Amino acid sequence: MPPRIAQIRLVSSHPQVYAPCDDSFALVDALLADRTKLLDHHPSICMEIGSGSGYVITSLALILGSESKNAHYFATDLNPHATEVTRQTLEAHGVHAELLTTNIASGLEKRLSGMVDLMVINPPYVPTPEDEVGSSGLSSAWAGGENGRSVIDKILPVADNLLSEKGWLYMLFLADNDPLQICLQMRDKGFGAKIIVQRSTEEETLHVIKFWRDPDIQIEGNEAVSGGKTAPQRGFDFLRSQISRLSFRETRQ
Amino acid sequence: MRLLTHNMLASNIKGVTNGFPLRIEPEKIIEKPVDFNPDFLKNMFSKIDWKALADASKIMGYAELPDEVPEQTVVESDEFLRKFHHALLEVHLEEGALVCPETGRRFPVNKGIPNMLLHEDEV
Ligand SMILES: C[S@@+](CC[C@H](N)C(=O)[O-])C[C@H]1O[C@@H](n2cnc3c(N)ncnc32)[C@H](O)[C@@H]1O
Repeated sequence: MPPRIAQIRLVSSHPQVYAPCDDSFALVDALLADRTKLLDHHPSICMEIGSGSGYVITSLALILGSESKNAHYFATDLNPHATEVTRQTLEAHGVHAELLTTNIASGLEKRLSGMVDLMVINPPYVPTPEDEVGSSGLSSAWAGGENGRSVIDKILPVADNLLSEKGWLYMLFLADNDPLQICLQMRDKGFGAKIIVQRSTEEETLHVIKFWRDPDIQIEGNEAVSGGKTAPQRGFDFLRSQISRLSFRETRQ
Repeated sequence: MRLLTHNMLASNIKGVTNGFPLRIEPEKIIEKPVDFNPDFLKNMFSKIDWKALADASKIMGYAELPDEVPEQTVVESDEFLRKFHHALLEVHLEEGALVCPETGRRFPVNKGIPNMLLHEDEV
């Protein structure tokens, strides 16, 4: 029997809440692709930032299912309609997450620091004028400011703070967000990175990237010298070739 | 909102230094059964602020938790873990408010969802 995910007909909706779209499906596909690893990971606290309709956090709870008895779920959204719709979607599927209407994870950052074993994020990533970011109304669901990076760049340090030693982050980016630069920035904080899903649609090229704390990566300012490449560096060269191939394909179209 | 969440939540208003724990003003409390999982509870015990949980639990109408931090041997006992489980995961604040202990600012809780959004002059 294939693992269950949220059923579209049971996903609640609201005119001001982002409905599941290609990006949401890409993120859930990444979680499905990594299901066995996620089960072996035995996450205790799982969290989504920007849950929108609740499609992703509900799918995650169903994917981990009864095999992950230890798992407890949190989800936040800036939009109060979204947290309410997420609640309805979770309930329709018989699963539970603790919900919070807040900016990113504001209010949880002190006490939940270092406790989150699994984080999933489909952020507002579309390049837009800066004044559309975080506005009330549906546009804040996708409006990402310059290069679509405004909210992403605020989320990443929060994720770093909340993730546990063994914490994993699955995050969705658009090619315009410059995911390679994001990976390099995360490497400076000690994170390894791997593309789990890459997908080009008519309008956009999406990447779901997994980040984890890699003890072999030297943190900021401690860059390894000399030409001998360490394993994580090789990993990043691989990632670089993957991402540039993808953007190449995109520019050719 | 479970008391687990209450235990992880602090006032996020700019300049507030003692924003934890938020004072609970309950209007509607509900209980939902959750599978009992001793491993999760033992792991969580070390991360919980005990006094905040025991006080919150009392306000929510469940006064079975000891006021003092229990000894390790007690923590291992089934009897204790069942009470801890109930207070941490099964008692929900459905309607009410969370109040910043320093400023008195109220954060509303509707349908179990706390709203921690700040006004412009609070960020
Ligand atoms: C692209 S949508 C993704 C929704 C849903 N997770 C999905 O995959 O279908 C981004 C979501 O992030 C929320 N969001 C935007 N800015 C946010 C912020 N600063 N803090 C929390 N959530 C935010 C939006 O309201 C929206 O629901």
